[in-house]
Amino acid sequence: MRNDFEIMNDVNYDIAWCPGCGNYQIRETLQEALTELELRPQEVVIVSGIGQAAKMGHYVKANVFNGLHGRALSPAMAINAANPDLKVIVESGDGCSYGEGGNHFVHTILRNPNITMFVHNNMVYGLTKGQASPTSQSGFITSVQTADRHGVTNTPFNPLAIAISLDASFVGRAFGSDKEQTKQLMMKAIRHKGFAILDIFQPCVTYNRINNYRWYKENTYYLPESYDPTDHVEAFKKAIERNKYPLGVLYENSKPTFVDNSGAYEKDKKPLFERELDKERLSELIDSMTEIG
Amino acid sequence: MNHLTSSDASIVLAGAAGQGIETVAGMLATVVKEAGYHVFVTREFMSRIRGGTNSLQLRISSDRRVSYLRRTDIAVPLSVTAIPHLERYSRLSTDTLLIGEKEYLHNKRGSESGKSIEVPFSDIAKEIGGSIYTNTVASGVIAAIFEVTPNLVYEYLTKRFARKGEKIVQQNIEAYDRGHKIGSDLVKSEEVSFQIRKNPEIKHELILGGTDAIALGAIAGGCNFIASYPMSPSTGVLTFLAQQACKFGMVVDQTEDEISAINKGIGAWYAGGRAMVTTSGGGFALMTEGLSLAGMMESPMVIHLAQRPGPATGLPTRTAQGDLRHVINAGHGDFPRIVFAPGTLEEAFILTQQSFNVAAKFQVPVFVLTDQYFVDSSYNIPKLDLSAIENTSYISKTKQDYQRYRLTADGISPRGIPNNGQGTVVADSDEHDEDGHITENLITAPKMVEKRMRKFEKIRDDFINPRVIGPDNYKSLIISWGSNFHVVREALDELQSDDVASMHFSQVYPLPDIIRNPLERADEVLIVENNVTGQFADVILTETGFQIPQENKLLKYDGLPFAVEDVIEFIEGGSRQEVS
Repeated sequence: MRNDFEIMNDVNYDIAWCPGCGNYQIRETLQEALTELELRPQEVVIVSGIGQAAKMGHYVKANVFNGLHGRALSPAMAINAANPDLKVIVESGDGCSYGEGGNHFVHTILRNPNITMFVHNNMVYGLTKGQASPTSQSGFITSVQTADRHGVTNTPFNPLAIAISLDASFVGRAFGSDKEQTKQLMMKAIRHKGFAILDIFQPCVTYNRINNYRWYKENTYYLPESYDPTDHVEAFKKAIERNKYPLGVLYENSKPTFVDNSGAYEKDKKPLFERELDKERLSELIDSMTEIG
Repeated sequence: MNHLTSSDASIVLAGAAGQGIETVAGMLATVVKEAGYHVFVTREFMSRIRGGTNSLQLRISSDRRVSYLRRTDIAVPLSVTAIPHLERYSRLSTDTLLIGEKEYLHNKRGSESGKSIEVPFSDIAKEIGGSIYTNTVASGVIAAIFEVTPNLVYEYLTKRFARKGEKIVQQNIEAYDRGHKIGSDLVKSEEVSFQIRKNPEIKHELILGGTDAIALGAIAGGCNFIASYPMSPSTGVLTFLAQQACKFGMVVDQTEDEISAINKGIGAWYAGGRAMVTTSGGGFALMTEGLSLAGMMESPMVIHLAQRPGPATGLPTRTAQGDLRHVINAGHGDFPRIVFAPGTLEEAFILTQQSFNVAAKFQVPVFVLTDQYFVDSSYNIPKLDLSAIENTSYISKTKQDYQRYRLTADGISPRGIPNNGQGTVVADSDEHDEDGHITENLITAPKMVEKRMRKFEKIRDDFINPRVIGPDNYKSLIISWGSNFHVVREALDELQSDDVASMHFSQVYPLPDIIRNPLERADEVLIVENNVTGQFADVILTETGFQIPQENKLLKYDGLPFAVEDVIEFIEGGSRQEVS
């Protein structure tokens, strides 16, 4: 199949990821998923913040909004609201999405915009050189979370439990090294109408020697076919399992999106850039303003 | 009965929040305008939902008089604290006529002088049907003094209370009539007299507040996306637009914080929307990171900032012009921006409309800088002419090889948006190459810095010249910016001096060199600013090298707007002292 999303055919960017980084696999999988969904690069927007995962847009042929650390969800929601025809995909890491952007994570879920969020979760800060991330596991030792202070002592952030508790409309987890399963989950997430989050486990070959490829293999399992992702309480139970982490779609529901609720598209389906000032209506409004109160 | 002119009346209503002084003022302003007078309403209030002491000044005049005046001709106290409150700010004199309930007049300063008339507003109201009618009785008294035809008022009351049923309408009319009778008797007994000219044309004019003018200007500018977090005194713009959103096809988002608001605004512009945020100084502090993003991404953005005194939470419901330096200097790194500061309602409308086009044209953030006094004051103006309103998208259809940051002579690259042509649009917060992709090439980086800064030249070419009003051969030139346009104008009108002119800036940044010329022609240049350091004087110095001496600055920073008297005293008094 032709891959319209390959940018390296035209240019030869110096990729900023470490050799052997899990991001390379996720990049290929993402391109395959977009291609199989028969999307065109012109209608896809990759929105990101800062971090290694957030550089994804630079290595894929698509529209890109590479904004500020932690802030990807806000412009992503706005891009979707300004032009609902676009496929908006947020690409970011655990620090950007769950640390710096924690408040936006919560409040974006509550609005249910029709966007997809892929979080490359490697349980460590890569770009700032190996400090703990919100998802680092208890006891994980770093240059800041030092051994004499017992390593990481914060409770690890549980993005899926939070998303499910907020009734996010699609919540899943993938393991990036399983390319086929990850692709299928990505496609489901992109097809889903509403806010979709897919947390993608990914080894960091440079700064995380604990949660390596083998660790993820041993500590995850795929949800069985019989699993019902529409059961809210069961989904929450799955999200807080810690013995082994479930992979797959944990939770899914169907509800109106931010755009559905906005009122901005009720009378006019056109994206905002195709709209013009209705002078007559403005004139009526102004002329009605002849009193106070 | 007053020393300035009886063709201009200043009526002050004071009471607690939630007591309905807004309702009285709204009704009076409306019926008085309908009767053919110029009206002006300004509000000062405490940061309370209920209680405290607030006041509202209503000016009724033959000619347009639309600035805050310290002088009060008639004061209507509606609470025990009303008179002490007005006295504290020197707003009552021996010439002030007090009209109100006995218990509220009791708190009058000294008793050596000054007239007061007891009117049992609430007893009358109770006779009619309940204390809820107190405000209507009071309105009747005032309206009668200005010889407003009762029919006008009946119409207003019928329209306003129709929803509540015939009985409520009738009781309001009765309450009004009772008040009106008392007012008419005052006029007959010559206790009060004003000679204010009516002009039937005024009946057809609009009454707008600063908030209205900004929000209408936004709609006129094609604004179709507003994301904001509520913050006094800027929230009115969000409220106004939210209420018009369905009608005008606008996306509205009350965000979790200001960080989200500006990032959404930039996202919306990226996808082809025309977005705005409305905030105050503290909220904008949270937006500075996003402002810098707009600078780097070369994103258009429109920011309405209604100032209030800082630092930090400051005085949340008061006025100031203390955030000029904040908006000019905010954001890490260097990048161009434009700051407008409207002085009149018409300017607020047109500059807000223009800010969307200017932001799109230069791909820079544009500020509309107002303040509490400006947004919370209302007056009548002629109908706005929309025939000249034009919007340009400045969006280019992309070709396959589209480059978002193509290097150009004037620094402006054609702005594409996603899915509008064959290309893809790459916008980046990192330093980037012409394609928009992240770069660490240190030959490319300074070229991009210079490209962004080159835009300043074109921006300065489009500078909105300050308005100089007064004699051509002025000796003194008094500078104002933003909301101080009218107060300076009125002070100069009163002074009738043949050698003082005013110079008002409605664009305060960036400034071109040529503005030095009118400044250098003056023997002395004065400036009026609602802040403690003379922030705009500093901008003039930085931008043009022209220095205004410290003693020529009239600075006020008590949270209140300038009164006309403040400016008159400043110009008259040889020794220039600070007001506060």
